Amino acid sequence: MRRSSTSRLAAVLAAAGLVAVAGCGNSATVNEADQGAGSGPCGTTQKTTVTVGLFGTFGFKEAGLWDAYHKRCPNITIKEDDVEQSADYWTRLKTRLASGSGLDDVQGIEIGFVADVVQNHADQFVNWNKVPNAAADKAEFFDWKWQLASTPDGSKTVGLGTDIGPEAICYRKDLLDKAGLPSDPQTLASKWQTWPDFIDFGKQYEASSTKQAGSHFVDSAASVFSTAVYQGHEAYDDQQGNPDVQGSDGVQSAWKYATEAAQAHITSGLQQFSPTWNKAFSNGSFAVLACPTWMMGYIQSQAGDAGSGKWDIAPVLPGGATNWGGSWLGVPTAAQHKAAAIALVEWLSAKEQQVTMWEKGGHFPSNSQAAADPAVANAKSAYFSNAPVGQIFGDIANKMKIPPIGLYDTQIQQALTTQLTNVETKGTAPDKAWSDALDAIKQVTG
Amino acid sequence: MAVSAPAGPASRAARRRRRLPGSRTGYAYVLPFFAVFAAFSVYPWLDTLWVSLHDVRLTTYDQMSWIGLDNYKDLLTNKFFWNAFGNTLSIGIISTVPQLCLALGIAHLLNYKLRGRTFFRVAILMPYATSLAAATVIFLELFNPRLGLVNWALGLVHLPEIDWQGSKWPAQVAVSAIVTWRWTGYNALIYLAGMQAIDSSLYEAAAIDGAGRWAQFRHVTIPGLRPTILFTIVVSTIGAAQLFGEPLLYHNGIPDGGTQNQYQTLGLLMYQQGWANDRLGLASATAWSMFLIIVAAVGVNLWLARRRERRA
Repeated sequence: MRRSSTSRLAAVLAAAGLVAVAGCGNSATVNEADQGAGSGPCGTTQKTTVTVGLFGTFGFKEAGLWDAYHKRCPNITIKEDDVEQSADYWTRLKTRLASGSGLDDVQGIEIGFVADVVQNHADQFVNWNKVPNAAADKAEFFDWKWQLASTPDGSKTVGLGTDIGPEAICYRKDLLDKAGLPSDPQTLASKWQTWPDFIDFGKQYEASSTKQAGSHFVDSAASVFSTAVYQGHEAYDDQQGNPDVQGSDGVQSAWKYATEAAQAHITSGLQQFSPTWNKAFSNGSFAVLACPTWMMGYIQSQAGDAGSGKWDIAPVLPGGATNWGGSWLGVPTAAQHKAAAIALVEWLSAKEQQVTMWEKGGHFPSNSQAAADPAVANAKSAYFSNAPVGQIFGDIANKMKIPPIGLYDTQIQQALTTQLTNVETKGTAPDKAWSDALDAIKQVTG
Repeated sequence: MAVSAPAGPASRAARRRRRLPGSRTGYAYVLPFFAVFAAFSVYPWLDTLWVSLHDVRLTTYDQMSWIGLDNYKDLLTNKFFWNAFGNTLSIGIISTVPQLCLALGIAHLLNYKLRGRTFFRVAILMPYATSLAAATVIFLELFNPRLGLVNWALGLVHLPEIDWQGSKWPAQVAVSAIVTWRWTGYNALIYLAGMQAIDSSLYEAAAIDGAGRWAQFRHVTIPGLRPTILFTIVVSTIGAAQLFGEPLLYHNGIPDGGTQNQYQTLGLLMYQQGWANDRLGLASATAWSMFLIIVAAVGVNLWLARRRERRA
């Protein structure tokens, strides 16, 4: 790291340039003539390699969908272009959108930056309202899912929904038992209706003389915060999508509950997604955490087989149903194989494939018909003590209210949860933490 | 002007033109370097300056609005900038000073006739050859406040546990430890090379005059190494001013340098402004401020060295 700042920037630009050049070269197996709405179910009849830019674990390959698509369209080969972290992926996508080159034929879009894509780059993506098949399927998607990827007037839609993240509470049955507290999902659901109730329950856990030594009730104040904030009429933005942290009811109440939880010492003070937090799933540093559907897979990968049967899911979210995470797939207008890419995205977001994604990877469908499909609605999870996960998350998905989202939600949430960590671990006064968070947010919004 | 130009410059120009053909091949040899230098250093350098005078976000890079020196004015009153500036300075001192002293000592020891000398010489360079990410991850484990080896060892000797991540100075010491670990061997090797260039008859003469090991080190080795030491100080200063990877990875890849920015360096702040916060204009202004700070720091180094030399 001992290079000059200018040459570092140069290296970044050079790397971006090289990737861009490589991107131009690798996919054009055959020069396509058809660039319209597509010819046939595969978009093209010529031998084509479609590149798909994704981040983290979309799980299409793992669910066997690439193989299935290759069987359906033998002339299409799919090549994934993966980046581990969604933040890094988004930086790269932004750079490529700015330069107009190096874009993949299909690009994943996450809820953390969909607002930016809609506001600043809608013209650079295929408008799904104008694609006949997709527009016809519009009614199948949850309304809010379609709207978040659309301009306010609804005329342009940049992506088709893949998964959503309805939230419930995952908990360690054995740890609650040990602390002498109820551990069956129905009782817990009745005791965790509101955040104050939830925090009171946490205090009982901490007061227990038999609880596992060194463990705490909930993983982090951030977990309480980032769930409760989306239960307001507003989260980080006003109805026009402009940043509004101080005036938001969601932020106000979430901050109150999260600092209360932190000051009552019912949180383990671990930073979410940090290595120590990951380890806590197996060593039992906390008993419960807010749990969007995708978190089930995360828990399984961190806690491993040893955790099977110890975990359960309560069919409740204190304070009301809401969503955490989820993605879309978009096709850049500059894509080399647009027709083939459109056909692929239509197929991937269709009901049958969303059902497969749920069965194979626990990604909850954004297609409401898929969510209602018996294969989803009746699903149980053996790992989570046979919890009726399809029904639990389906009920929450149907009840969810989604506040408006904006350009800087990810950074604003990061600033606020970082300060919550200070309240938890360093005893920072909530007022000081709040003003520090506002200072950090000012650095983002300008 | 061209008409009334005196004969002098014109004939000088003519002479220059005459002299050029002889050195043409020379220009051809240096051209590749300067072409690469222009493309990957000069151009980004000037472009960064241009961007720093605008309000521009990464996501809307095509919409720049001219704001003159406002980004620089913002930085002057920006508490994050001055915090990062202070951290860069303190981490720079905590990491560079022990690092160079250690390197000098190690080089001195390796300069003796030892059994397995080559092995030791290669061994001290190993940290330098290790990947930064791998090294930082290991240090992160060592300094883990709950499960780390360092706190475990402190507990053994009944010292209080230290929060190596959350508390400001311990965290800066930990980050500095990574830097020191990685670069000490590299500097030691440079010193060793410098030491071997010192004429051995100087040591013999000093020994005859009754100088012991320590006196020889002080009066022969150190003066002989002065240009080498100056070089390592300049390079380490530049490196310290641009410290980036260690503090980034020390907070699991989040560019805030800890929950209270307690070890956020200028390099990290620039990255956060540009890539996490999307504000390319402000980040570019930080980059240029860093450049000016480095030039000033190196200038002070050289001035101090020259003053000492003149006095000596």
